[in-house]
Amino acid sequence: MMQKILIANRGEIASRIIKTCNKMGIQTIAIYSDADKDLPFVSEATTSYRIGEAPVGKSYMNQKAILDIVKKEKVDAVHPGYGFLSENASFAEIIRKEGTIFIGPNSKTIQMMGDKLLSRKKMLEAGIPVVPGSNEELTTEEEAVAAANSIGYPVILKASGGGGGIGMVRCEDEKTLRKNLETTKKRAKTYFANEKVYVEKYIQYARHIEVQIFGDKLGNIVHLFERDCSIQRRHQKVVEESPSPFLTEGAKEKMLQAAVRAAKAVGYENAGTVEFIVDEEENFYFLEMNTRLQVEHPVTEAITGMDLVEWQILVARGEILPYKQEELESKGHAIEFRLYAEDPVSFLPSPGHIEVLDWGKGDTRVDSGYKEGVVVTPFYDPMIAKCIVHGENRNEAIEKASVFFNQLQIQGIKTNAPLFKHIINDADFKTGKYFTNYLSVKKFN
Amino acid sequence: MLQITSTMAGTILQINISVGDQVERNQEMVILESMKMEIPVESQEAGIVKEIKVSEGDFVNEGDVLIVLE
Repeated sequence: MMQKILIANRGEIASRIIKTCNKMGIQTIAIYSDADKDLPFVSEATTSYRIGEAPVGKSYMNQKAILDIVKKEKVDAVHPGYGFLSENASFAEIIRKEGTIFIGPNSKTIQMMGDKLLSRKKMLEAGIPVVPGSNEELTTEEEAVAAANSIGYPVILKASGGGGGIGMVRCEDEKTLRKNLETTKKRAKTYFANEKVYVEKYIQYARHIEVQIFGDKLGNIVHLFERDCSIQRRHQKVVEESPSPFLTEGAKEKMLQAAVRAAKAVGYENAGTVEFIVDEEENFYFLEMNTRLQVEHPVTEAITGMDLVEWQILVARGEILPYKQEELESKGHAIEFRLYAEDPVSFLPSPGHIEVLDWGKGDTRVDSGYKEGVVVTPFYDPMIAKCIVHGENRNEAIEKASVFFNQLQIQGIKTNAPLFKHIINDADFKTGKYFTNYLSVKKFN
Repeated sequence: MLQITSTMAGTILQINISVGDQVERNQEMVILESMKMEIPVESQEAGIVKEIKVSEGDFVNEGDVLIVLE
């Protein structure tokens, strides 16, 4: 039985998890930092605990403080959300040693997929294509240059323990590669406590397309279709949609099957995402696997009608996947827009006091961690909401988004809402012609 | 004397200069972290670093003086 879940996260994802727990009759324990005490998730949970001061090391990343509450409240499970401790294998292990369920895959899988070099190797063994690159750690400039020469410039220098766009440097030539090797290693060590770096070929006209997969403890694996997440800034996603407006049916089916094979190769349990880079000829390459619930999971929920947090809880309890592959269907078209507290042109953060916040009328799903009158602080990610539209087809979804952003009113902080108005009126976006360099090429202002 | 102030609230991630250093115009002196983004603070003028008012890890508000140049 699972009667009480601690949510080791904040903001919109904490609110999102609480919603499903309420539906399932499960009590929720929220943790919050001083900076977040007025946010909606704190009062939405059954019980809330102050965890510490605002900086993440003193709050949401403070494993000991979280564990103390797990013990005190005798919770049955911990849901890590995304970010923070969600892909921290040792945290998952500590929770399990306590006799508590960690809602996610086992720590061995988290560790393997968190090491990008190791996961590349595992995928190659399973016959999944990976981006051409070095399969070993690069320690010296000479090794890096030799590896880059064998695949050809431009290359991306990457931290093996990295993610979320941090620790990646694009190198046009040998000089840039030599210049960046030591600093990238140093930064990787600081951020991820792992100084291993490697190079991958930089694919100029690339799409970022990922597949949602799900596994249960009985060895069943299904996919819940793809999400096209090519519109990014600073290697972070801004707009995600499903189905991909680019992929042909044949290529899509191959990718979905490859994702299931990838998940089977590692005996995957719970929710996961297999990310691929797709070139202009629809060749696809494994990029990484995220061993958690993804920020953009509502896109998949919109097209399948499933509640992925509910699936996570059922599977974590040891139950069989609620549906078989042939029972799952993708209906209509969904697009998610990530609303960030930032300048829409420079993309610089814009923390501050939300004076006015009105989402307007209509059936757009808004997953927000904030409300009118609260403060967006500089301590965490700038995302203030995810706005998800769903239509019978792509044109209808875009039309709904247009109505939504015309009604939306936010005052007191700058947001990227004006950028979305440009995107949904752009001819290339409307016809689905965009690559990962879309925002840097378009220069909307 | 020139005071270099923070353009936004955030945490001091890295300080690239020391007292007595000669800095050039547009030189990156401090890296500020706000909302998971690194934001370089540059010098608007050339000068010599007279005082560094912050340490790595400090939290600063918009407008706080970080560095004094002369």
